[in-house]
Amino acid sequence: MDAEQCRCMDEEFKELDDYIGQFRDKKTALIKVLYEAQRIFGYLSEKTMLFVADRLDVPAAKIFGVVSFYSYFTTTPKGRHQIKCCMGTACFVRGAEKIISAFEEKLKIKRGETTTGLEYSLDSLRCVGACGLAPVVVVNEQVYGKLEAPDVDTILANNKG
Amino acid sequence: MRKIADFKALEKHAAELKPRLALRLPGADLSSGKREILICGGTGCQSSRSLELLEKLQKEIRAAGLASTAQARITGCFGFCEKGPIVKVFPDDVFYVEVGLEDAMELVENHLKNNVVAERLLYRDPQDDKPIMSHHEMPFYKKQMRVALGNCGLINPEEIEDCIAADGYLALASCLEKRTPAEVVGEVKISGLRGRGGGGFPTGIKWEVAAAQPGPVKYVVCNADEGDPGAFMDRSILEGDPHSVIEGMAIAAYAVGANQGFVYIRAEYPLAIRRLQLAVDQARAAGLIGRRILGSRFSFDLELKYGAGAFVCGEETALLRSIEGGRGEPTSKPPFPAQSGLWGKPTIINNVETLANVPQILRRGGDWFASFGSEKSKGTKVFALAGKINNVGLVEVPMGIALREIIYDIGGGIKNGKQFKAVQTGGPSGGCIPAADLDVKIDYDNLVAMGSMMGSGGMIVMDEDNCMVDIAKFYLDFTMEESCGKCTPCRIGNKRIHEILTAITEGRGTMEDLDKLENLAAVIKDTALCGLGQTAPNPVLSTLKYFRDEYVAHVVEKRCPAGVCTNLLDFFITDKCIGCGLCKRGCPVSCISGEKKEMHVIDKTKCIKCGTCISKCPTKAIIRK
Ligand SMILES: Cc1cc2nc3c(=O)[nH]c(=O)nc-3n(C[C@H](O)[C@H](O)[C@H](O)COP(=O)(O)O)c2cc1C
Ligand code: SF4
Ligand code: SF4
Ligand code: SF4
Ligand code: FES
Ligand code: FES
Repeated sequence: MDAEQCRCMDEEFKELDDYIGQFRDKKTALIKVLYEAQRIFGYLSEKTMLFVADRLDVPAAKIFGVVSFYSYFTTTPKGRHQIKCCMGTACFVRGAEKIISAFEEKLKIKRGETTTGLEYSLDSLRCVGACGLAPVVVVNEQVYGKLEAPDVDTILANNKG
Repeated sequence: MRKIADFKALEKHAAELKPRLALRLPGADLSSGKREILICGGTGCQSSRSLELLEKLQKEIRAAGLASTAQARITGCFGFCEKGPIVKVFPDDVFYVEVGLEDAMELVENHLKNNVVAERLLYRDPQDDKPIMSHHEMPFYKKQMRVALGNCGLINPEEIEDCIAADGYLALASCLEKRTPAEVVGEVKISGLRGRGGGGFPTGIKWEVAAAQPGPVKYVVCNADEGDPGAFMDRSILEGDPHSVIEGMAIAAYAVGANQGFVYIRAEYPLAIRRLQLAVDQARAAGLIGRRILGSRFSFDLELKYGAGAFVCGEETALLRSIEGGRGEPTSKPPFPAQSGLWGKPTIINNVETLANVPQILRRGGDWFASFGSEKSKGTKVFALAGKINNVGLVEVPMGIALREIIYDIGGGIKNGKQFKAVQTGGPSGGCIPAADLDVKIDYDNLVAMGSMMGSGGMIVMDEDNCMVDIAKFYLDFTMEESCGKCTPCRIGNKRIHEILTAITEGRGTMEDLDKLENLAAVIKDTALCGLGQTAPNPVLSTLKYFRDEYVAHVVEKRCPAGVCTNLLDFFITDKCIGCGLCKRGCPVSCISGEKKEMHVIDKTKCIKCGTCISKCPTKAIIRK
């Protein structure tokens, strides 16, 4: 990327660029950088991945390989409210399946999908370490515990728009 | 905190800071009229709004004019997260549970102002419903012995002064001042400490191998990937006492001759990441890590690396590849990381809990650590009790304790008076232990002999309502999803096992399938490249061994004794039916018939077992059997 293009980068790319700038050892910083990129953009678009490849000076193929390997990374946009249902063992034996099914029914999407208009996305994850409160759901970093199916309505009502 | 010059200065500092903990340590002066209120700021309790509670309590204390005698602060996880938010009052040793925002005023008025314990907020013994006055009298804590978790619930993990007051970093300082690296390795060998991350490899021997490698560049890595879902001991240590892990790493680095460390921590633990990073920054500012630590010639620094949601990255060779910035695929051993690890350099990898034990061993002596536990498993182990048990939570107990003591004495027995069926230890790599073996003493070797393993310490209790075939399938579902796909036995073999289990739970299984499962499992165990694949069949083998009758019931009678596998259940309408017709309207295949106000019936031959009718019925008249 030449200087010309750099100047017209929008704010978000600038933020990511500053973040990358702090690493001395660029090659080993890849996962942290992708992590930050996903935090900034919400997902990793092809454009973002190519930008990272350029800045860290690693082949784009390697970036795609890494992104596809780790389930934390997503290449499609997620909803404004990201609902993540824990399907770890502690949650599973305490009825996590019922909770995620209730979300599926209410939102009319399957796990892994996002509602049209990007209001909600629904995913499963494996344990957030709040197993004492099983079953657990995380919405935008907020942990909700000891859930029963009717709580799904409250959670959706608290996270709208 | 300013840089601490040397060992003497640290000792002096610790002595000066001691009063910070005066009210919190055993033997505290009860008559001083001063009190401290510690509120759990762990992930569990934060989700039940403990930080807001802290603010509320501080406000109430000020409003009651008690600011000079009572202070409220946060601390790490008490392990009793299910009953959070937890609030502990020192020096009275009173333990409050489920303290809501609306309870703050009562707590301050009654306990702090009028010296009357707020009985309503105490934990009640489920046996007799009597409130328990003292933390140490609670059955959940009575049999515990806290070493790795010693500071959790005692110090404020966000203030290094608290940690130093609790003798933090003194072990490191005295190693630098008084012991050679070889003596440090020797002490760890005497302790008999074995890895807490799963394999149980003797820590001292691992260090010895790395120390013997030539070359100036070596690394120390802390495995904080905590992949076993349902286990949260590492999370609690990192959130509640991050300095113990940093100190353990620095000691390890000194012992093997490393100057750089990495903590590989999972992204799903944002609070642990934040607290650990804060602790690293504070330790560096105090000169407890960094260049020429405490004026010695030893330098050590460390950096956090994030995991990104791949279970296989907990396996040590995969973890190294991930730190190097690539796909976390395992490589075959040897060479072992202690010989050739990060960027080809000698690297020791230890688990969070292993490292948290290290400062204690060097402070109190290897003999002290080896004085509890069983013959070949020394010290204590933290377990995460979960599932169908009354007291869910983290417990630290001496190795060699019987499972029965953990489940019944500490865990308070099975929820809702149900029958115990099995306990799964070792997570997806482990196996189930049936009721007949509840008296076995827990240590690394006994668990392996029973077809399970210690793993990282997850303990999932199952009752009569859990179907063991379904549980086995759950674990295989997990390992199949998490397989990195590099080798065939794991990629294809475990998938086949999963298919067979699915067929059995859907009533399509045959008796030959059971033999096939056993054969496949044996081949996978022998030929998979890494621990993930090799241990993946364990949940199937152990359930087949102890609960074969359940498999047979699914295969021969097409029946799920626990009533879990939907395909083997039929839906019935009982005489509670009031004939409202709601189920009939909801049924997607129109297989319910009946006139208004009369009992309805389900046509079993057409029912697709979707369960809609059950959720529609206002009188709970529909059951599955
Ligand atoms: C599939 C797999 C997952 C693992 N996950 C973890 C983990 O999450 N945390 C951990 O400390 N060790 C884990 N281990 C064990 C590590 O490979 C390694 O043995 C351990 O970190 C060594 O530290 P220790 O000797 O202190 O236990 C895992 C092993 C396998 C095969
Ligand atoms: S056993 Fe499974 S996880 Fe391990 S290397 Fe082979 S495919 Fe990957
Ligand atoms: S389970 Fe589904 S298909 Fe069967 S009767 Fe009920 S609603 Fe109809
Ligand atoms: S919903 Fe329940 S009460 Fe109503 S007709 Fe169906 S079974 Fe009877
Ligand atoms: S298993 Fe769900 S939070 Fe741990
Ligand atoms: S998080 Fe509060 S007791 Fe565990």
